[in-house]
Amino acid sequence: MTKVVHPDPAWRARITAALVFIVLLYPLLVAGEFKPWLLFDAQSLRAAGMFLRDFLTPSIEPEFLAMVLRETWQTVAIASAGLTLALLGAIPATFVISERLSISRLGTGRMRPVAALVRQLLRWVLVLLRSVPELVWALLFVRIVGLGPTAGVLAIALSYTGMLAKVYAEILESGDAHATDVLLANGGGRLPALLYGALPESSAELVSYTVYRWECAIRGSAVMGFVGAGGLGQRLDESTKMMAGGEVATMLLVFVLLVAAADLVSKFLRRRLG
Amino acid sequence: MATYRLRQLTVRHLSGSRAPALHALDLSIDAGEQVALIGPSGAGKTTLLATLACAHRPAEGSLEVFGRDPWRLSQNARHALRSHLFLAPQTPPLPPRQRVVTAVLAARLPHWSLWQALSSLIRPQDPDAAHAALARFGLGDKLYARVDRLSGGERQRCGLARLLLSSAEALLVDEPIAALDPALARHTLAILRAEAEQRKATLVCSLHQVELAREGFGRLIGLREGRIVFDAPREQVSDAMIAELYANEHVDPQPAALHDTPERIAVGACF
Repeated sequence: MTKVVHPDPAWRARITAALVFIVLLYPLLVAGEFKPWLLFDAQSLRAAGMFLRDFLTPSIEPEFLAMVLRETWQTVAIASAGLTLALLGAIPATFVISERLSISRLGTGRMRPVAALVRQLLRWVLVLLRSVPELVWALLFVRIVGLGPTAGVLAIALSYTGMLAKVYAEILESGDAHATDVLLANGGGRLPALLYGALPESSAELVSYTVYRWECAIRGSAVMGFVGAGGLGQRLDESTKMMAGGEVATMLLVFVLLVAAADLVSKFLRRRLG
Repeated sequence: MATYRLRQLTVRHLSGSRAPALHALDLSIDAGEQVALIGPSGAGKTTLLATLACAHRPAEGSLEVFGRDPWRLSQNARHALRSHLFLAPQTPPLPPRQRVVTAVLAARLPHWSLWQALSSLIRPQDPDAAHAALARFGLGDKLYARVDRLSGGERQRCGLARLLLSSAEALLVDEPIAALDPALARHTLAILRAEAEQRKATLVCSLHQVELAREGFGRLIGLREGRIVFDAPREQVSDAMIAELYANEHVDPQPAALHDTPERIAVGACF
């Protein structure tokens, strides 16, 4: 092979990263005890079959359905209220940590040390908020405010603030910087530059991620229901413990419907903004 | 009063090798003057305009904008100064999903309160002014269209309509007619010059169309490899000087340095 005179400068970095990725991945598979063949064990298959048979007859007693409806409403309310509270924290945090909106970087390529420090500190706070699993937040809040939806709402609000702010900032920074940069260069303020430069660029992605997080919050509130944070999850826990497969099936169907509804909302909003 | 005064100003690229883009420039531009910046590609025209817009910090020498050194001011004062300058980059900085009216009215942002900026997103603050600015470029009917529905030439003029709405005292325009046909190009330049004259603003305009530059601008600055080759009233700029400015333009077959790893590679390139 002839020697290439103009080698791609990124080539070596790519190969190295790929190798590092593989080397890191293997111990992770071992540590995670990833043994997919256990699923096809005869005993596992029998157990799964029994569950499935029970699930085929979802419970449709009117009294039970009314209760499910009530609890579904509460689950949606927990997810929505939690997400709204999270947005109240995440939007200002995004505004602060987004490096693209730095005025001191303009013309120098470097941020002021104070600004860099504030951004980094807030990033660490966000890491803290989202590194504690929402289930643990929920357990904590159940201790503090007692059993019920309030604990679920607060748990979602805290952990989702961390996630939303991080991803919002990343979405904004992966858009085209030109419009924002020029608005700043022409003397625009940080928030106007965000609203007029970066936001129209990324609005569809931001909305779709937010709706997806709402969907996650619905699912999350189900898990948190198991530790007593209210909603459909708490009923799901009770029915599972009573081995009422039909009831569990009904409630799972409700979750499927909720997620599908979130999907529709997301599609609709994206088309409007697209 | 001079709008700009540059003494031995050296400007380096902000990333990569930090090689000088402009070498020891001496330049003075008076208020209300109209200057065309010409020179081959890569001469440093865009860097000079960015430096004049206080969007690129010079490395050495002194820069005075309206009699003050912007890089000695506090950050807030410097940012306030930027609102008196208007940089119109060659690529129109218009978000594709934005409506034209919003993109044009964004020129007013430095002078708007936050409340005005917010409410203008919901109901445009001064659509008539935006329409008037667009109409001068023949784009009046595009007021409520989306930017991504415009053609390249329409986008470029839409970016210039934003300039008409700013209240800046120095207009720094980078190749405003790159995407326009010859007739439209002449008309567009005439509007820019008339606007600058009318509000007594300084106009610095980089151009690749030497003929149009000589036709419309009283003063020409020839830039090549980061140095000023000539800076003269148009009567004194001869064809020979122009020919020399662009002379033996050759593409260097063997770059001296190895390739810099670019700071950002296009999306999809992984790293």
